Amino acid sequence: MSLWDHLPVLVVIVPLLAGPMCVLVERPRAAWGVALVAAWLSFAIAAALAVQVVDTGTISYELGGWAPPWGIEYRIDTLGSYVLLIVTAIPALVLVAAKRSVVHEIPEELIARFYGAFMLAFAGLAGIVATGDAFNVFVFLEISSLASYALISMGRDRRALTSAFEYLVMGTIGATFILIGIGFLYMMTGTLNMQDLAERLPAVLDTNTVRAGFAFLTVGIGLKLAMFPLHLWLPNAYTYAPSVVTAFLAATATKVAVYALLRFLFGVFGFEFALREMPLDDILMILGLAGILTASLVAVFQEDIKRMLAYSSVAQIGYMVLGISLASPTGVIAATLHVFNHALMKGVLFLALGAVVYRIGGVSLRDFAGLGRRMPWTMAAIVLGGLSLIGVPPTAGFITKWYLVLGTLEQGLWPVALLILLGSLMAVVYVWKLVEAAYFEPVPEGAAKVREAPWSMLLPIWLLVGANIYFGIHTEVTVGMATQAANELMGLRP
Amino acid sequence: MNLLPGVFNYLVVVFLMMAGFYVVIAHGNLVKKLVGLGLFQASVFILYITMGNLAGGQAPIVAEDLTLYSSPLPHVLILTAIVVGVATTAVGLALVVRIHEAYGSVEEDEIHAKDLADDMPMQQPDPADKAGDGE
Repeated sequence: MSLWDHLPVLVVIVPLLAGPMCVLVERPRAAWGVALVAAWLSFAIAAALAVQVVDTGTISYELGGWAPPWGIEYRIDTLGSYVLLIVTAIPALVLVAAKRSVVHEIPEELIARFYGAFMLAFAGLAGIVATGDAFNVFVFLEISSLASYALISMGRDRRALTSAFEYLVMGTIGATFILIGIGFLYMMTGTLNMQDLAERLPAVLDTNTVRAGFAFLTVGIGLKLAMFPLHLWLPNAYTYAPSVVTAFLAATATKVAVYALLRFLFGVFGFEFALREMPLDDILMILGLAGILTASLVAVFQEDIKRMLAYSSVAQIGYMVLGISLASPTGVIAATLHVFNHALMKGVLFLALGAVVYRIGGVSLRDFAGLGRRMPWTMAAIVLGGLSLIGVPPTAGFITKWYLVLGTLEQGLWPVALLILLGSLMAVVYVWKLVEAAYFEPVPEGAAKVREAPWSMLLPIWLLVGANIYFGIHTEVTVGMATQAANELMGLRP
Repeated sequence: MNLLPGVFNYLVVVFLMMAGFYVVIAHGNLVKKLVGLGLFQASVFILYITMGNLAGGQAPIVAEDLTLYSSPLPHVLILTAIVVGVATTAVGLALVVRIHEAYGSVEEDEIHAKDLADDMPMQQPDPADKAGDGE
């Protein structure tokens, strides 16, 4: 076997090894260098994998040469390679901006360990996507979660500590629920391999053990996903975490949880059971809509912009859940597309907020007064990211809203489509609040002169803005892969 | 009587799980919350180990005339889960130490009260307060 054949595992191993290396090299700049090289390397691997999957179909990798279902299998299909692409791209870009931002926000003696935890969280997230083994999902989930608790606690405000603790308690309950669910499935089938589970489950689907396992898994992933009303940990954690951590987690962690939900609902249980026999489609639709409307409404009234965008994240997760609840190819396409596109827009917005923190020192609405003249490039990026969040053509956000509305209309659910538009309307309101402050209010008197953010921060921000617009116009790649992924998911057990 | 041991273990699992969960929810003390969380996780360990057991089964070691043995896989899985549990507790306790340094308390309501007290003055005298927490 050449190195080329080991790509599915290398995408996890490279950041996993980079973690301890960052701590060992100790010097902040060197640790940053190690993390940056490793992140770009795994992005290159993920890109190579995506090309390979599109050309030749699903890749199965036997860890340690043990054939599945006895050994652990790493399995990259279209959905996996698609999510892997965004999960590796975001940290690679975030790390470019991290250099200045981290020096500014984190005590120097902690910086090496910060990058260590960052890479471990990254490795865990990549692992969840790459693996085809149910228990491995739990292990990687805990690797990424434990690292992210540490990352969040490094925020400057002391409330970062309490919000990290809150997240730790809720995250551990969620992960333990997932562990119980996997245990029940193992009890009935005697296997942990997802492919194997999907083959063996139909024979025992009609038992209470499987139903209980299903419920535990859904609630557990729901907690990790911050699905309304299990989202209580998210706003605080995103608000008080260091800027780059918020950008990284907002764009990847919840997306990977959506991936896990798709994988278990469609890949393991099969959507016939998960969304038709069990009443989960109605439950998810109601929770999704409730999430969109309440979280958007709360976002409108926030003064702290980071918290506003955190609530907006909860609302955006509602759109993904809604797409899944439709249980139709169009719905799944919308959900997978939104995983990708939402990562792009929240990446822009939180990184830009990081730049504002770097120059101004805070991100409450007051700090935004007159910002359009003080930091024109950063503010322009925030506006474009906000437009994508609302779903204005020609941005990536428009594409997902389009497919979502299409999916609801397909099933004649026009009230749901109207509520989706209402959610977008509320997004207009809270994005407008920012625009108004930045462009129509004068710079406060006596404010210190600030310069535009450094180019090392502007570069990743504008690359992401470019991606937002590019994927809003050239939809072949994203929609093509999402359609392929949806067909694979829905066709697994027709 | 033969059935009881199997069911008994599951009853213990449910009891421990709910007890742990209750402690997590009901207690305001952060250390006690972690204890509850540990209890909650430990119940799942017992669940896994119980499901691997077989009535009359023996340790899965290669030996002659050994036909009935317990499944070793759940034990191995739970070794991993125990490590995860230890790591979670360690991170949690480290956070509690930091919280105690920052707030001087590990009681949830006292911490909330201090956060609220922090928020109050921030709303009125803007510039003075901002000079304090900005760079």
